[in-house]
Amino acid sequence: MSALAVEAIDISKRFGARWAISRLSFSLAQGRSLLLTGHNGSGKTTLLRIISTAAFPTAGTLKVLGFDSKKERDSLRPSVALVSHASFHYEDLTAAQNLLLSAKFLGVKDPASSVKELLERMGLSSRADSAVRQFSAGMRKRLAIARLLMKAPKVALLDEPFGELDPAGSLQMEQLIRDLQAQGTSVVLATHLIEQGLSLTQERLHLEGGRKVSPT
Amino acid sequence: MTPKISLLTAAWLVLKKDWQIEWRTRARLTALIFFSGATLLLFSFAMGPDVTSLRAHAHGYLWLGLLFASVLSLGESFRIESENQALTGLVLTPVEPRAIFIGKVLGNASMLFALSLVLLPITIGLYDVDLTRVPHLLLLVLFLGTLGISAPGTVYSAISANARARDVMLPLLLFPVLVPLLLAAASATKLTFQPDPQDQLGSWLKLLIAFDLIYLSVGFLVFPKIAEED
Amino acid sequence: MPASIPLLLLLALAVMVVVHVVVPKTRPILWKVSAALGLVMLGLLMYLGMFYAPPEAFMSNVGRILYVHVPYIWMAFIAFLMNVGCAFAYLMKKSWVTDALAESSAEVGVLFGAVGVAMGSIWARPTWGVWWDWDPRLISTTVMLLSYVGYLALRSFTEDPERRATWSAAVGILSGVSLPITYYSVRWWNSLHQVQSSTASVDKTMGSVLLWGLVTLLCFLFPFIVKRYEIARARQTAAMELPPLEAPRPEAA
Repeated sequence: MSALAVEAIDISKRFGARWAISRLSFSLAQGRSLLLTGHNGSGKTTLLRIISTAAFPTAGTLKVLGFDSKKERDSLRPSVALVSHASFHYEDLTAAQNLLLSAKFLGVKDPASSVKELLERMGLSSRADSAVRQFSAGMRKRLAIARLLMKAPKVALLDEPFGELDPAGSLQMEQLIRDLQAQGTSVVLATHLIEQGLSLTQERLHLEGGRKVSPT
Repeated sequence: MTPKISLLTAAWLVLKKDWQIEWRTRARLTALIFFSGATLLLFSFAMGPDVTSLRAHAHGYLWLGLLFASVLSLGESFRIESENQALTGLVLTPVEPRAIFIGKVLGNASMLFALSLVLLPITIGLYDVDLTRVPHLLLLVLFLGTLGISAPGTVYSAISANARARDVMLPLLLFPVLVPLLLAAASATKLTFQPDPQDQLGSWLKLLIAFDLIYLSVGFLVFPKIAEED
Repeated sequence: MPASIPLLLLLALAVMVVVHVVVPKTRPILWKVSAALGLVMLGLLMYLGMFYAPPEAFMSNVGRILYVHVPYIWMAFIAFLMNVGCAFAYLMKKSWVTDALAESSAEVGVLFGAVGVAMGSIWARPTWGVWWDWDPRLISTTVMLLSYVGYLALRSFTEDPERRATWSAAVGILSGVSLPITYYSVRWWNSLHQVQSSTASVDKTMGSVLLWGLVTLLCFLFPFIVKRYEIARARQTAAMELPPLEAPRPEAA
């Protein structure tokens, strides 16, 4: 039996008086990838945030790479990365400064050159020294992906990665996801583009009102 | 697994990042200077043109000006962290929350200290105070006082940045806690502007140091609990 | 009167609250006993304070308000100490019980403290000739009340129960730490007025009447706190039931 990348055991998450995730259980083997589908507000983003340890289940246990996401968050955090609607960037720093900051926090060797390389790879070199405030949505997404690649996580969480990207960017994103998978990274992908998502993943989880249902 | 970089290195990076942001958006510091300068000017309008009484109370106006400005500056300091959920991003990177606390406190304190330095010439102009008596002690008081505002202020602005009615919440929480600091800092400043016949400056300085140490350590212990969901 | 009195009162309250929380059987009885005892003692306190105790040396009969004013303020302090304890306990180990106790002790403390400060103000008018004075005790008590009003405002402005609990525990600790610092710095800043009217400075008969007043109000403080605690718990439970295992099915048409 291969190790599990994600294992959710009866998890629920409450916001105020509303249950965003209800009694959810599923598992994902390491190296395999999962497609998350469901309408807006069905709990996809919340689930990704919980797996990333940005939030924690109100009840139930979530294990990521064998670590309890709540109790062993410090051990887990270096190995998961999230790209979501909230890009985590400082609007008033430049793209290069934002990436360099992450690189230094991560203790990357030779941060300056890896920042340069990643900006190149994501096609942001020409705008490296503009403040993120002046970036379009698509460029922000590229920068967020660069940040994820810098971390080289074992579990990559992508919330609507194709949104806001032009067709060329969308193709590049597919290639990036395949590259990540080739390195053994488990990708959890939330998207409305079901066809595209299915072509990239082996498993699927469909959420409705925070519950697991079989897709119709 | 231990983080790859030390607590102090991480704190330094957080601090440097705050300075970088301040430097790129100098308009904010400028606005803050004009706001507190205007506050000092308004005090002299409100109290009338009597130079003797203005000079006698200059220490109080200076600290009230700093206190009002601190609410804006602290609020701003965590607005940039809640924009794009950057603070969550730091925690997930992962950066130790205690390092974030140290970095943010020093960032806020350096900002307010710089502001207080800019306000000094304004107090001379408006209130005709004499800053040359014990300038090194005056600088020490300003440093300890602005650090003391920042230590609990960083905790409270991290909380209120995510609460409803945040603009009211921050002063409502912060001002009661800062009463001892205001007393100590204003009294100590007064004794650097005016003669100190009973030699009380030392005791006020001790109170300031004690206040700073207490809130730095309490904040250091409490901040990790509020920096992320628990 | 020895300085250990406030500690003993706090301890008594803590024991009663713990018993109330831990032993369900005592829940319907204990608070009623305490409240009934408080009523009886209050009746006697009226007599003791009005007729038995000698008139206060400087303030004559006006000074008799002391027998309720001082206990009210003390009860507020005891409630706030309990709040700090609960806040600390919550940050050490998350528990909805300590969160609910923190909420109730802060709210009841603000109530008792507000009554106490109002009485102090009534007393100050004939004594000092003003409603308000820069008396260190008055200022630090008011500052303390303000900081707990802020605490309660934060609680009511935060909807998510976990966040509310964690944030308010952090604020509770910072406010608690500020209590002694504020008190000593204000006293230092303005040492013009007489030092504390703790029971050490008054005569023996007055001391015992004051002690009677303290115990009386403690008998009221306890039911206030546990009743408010039960309300807080009921609200928590209403918000916290797990969702059902199966999604509710839409009615068949």
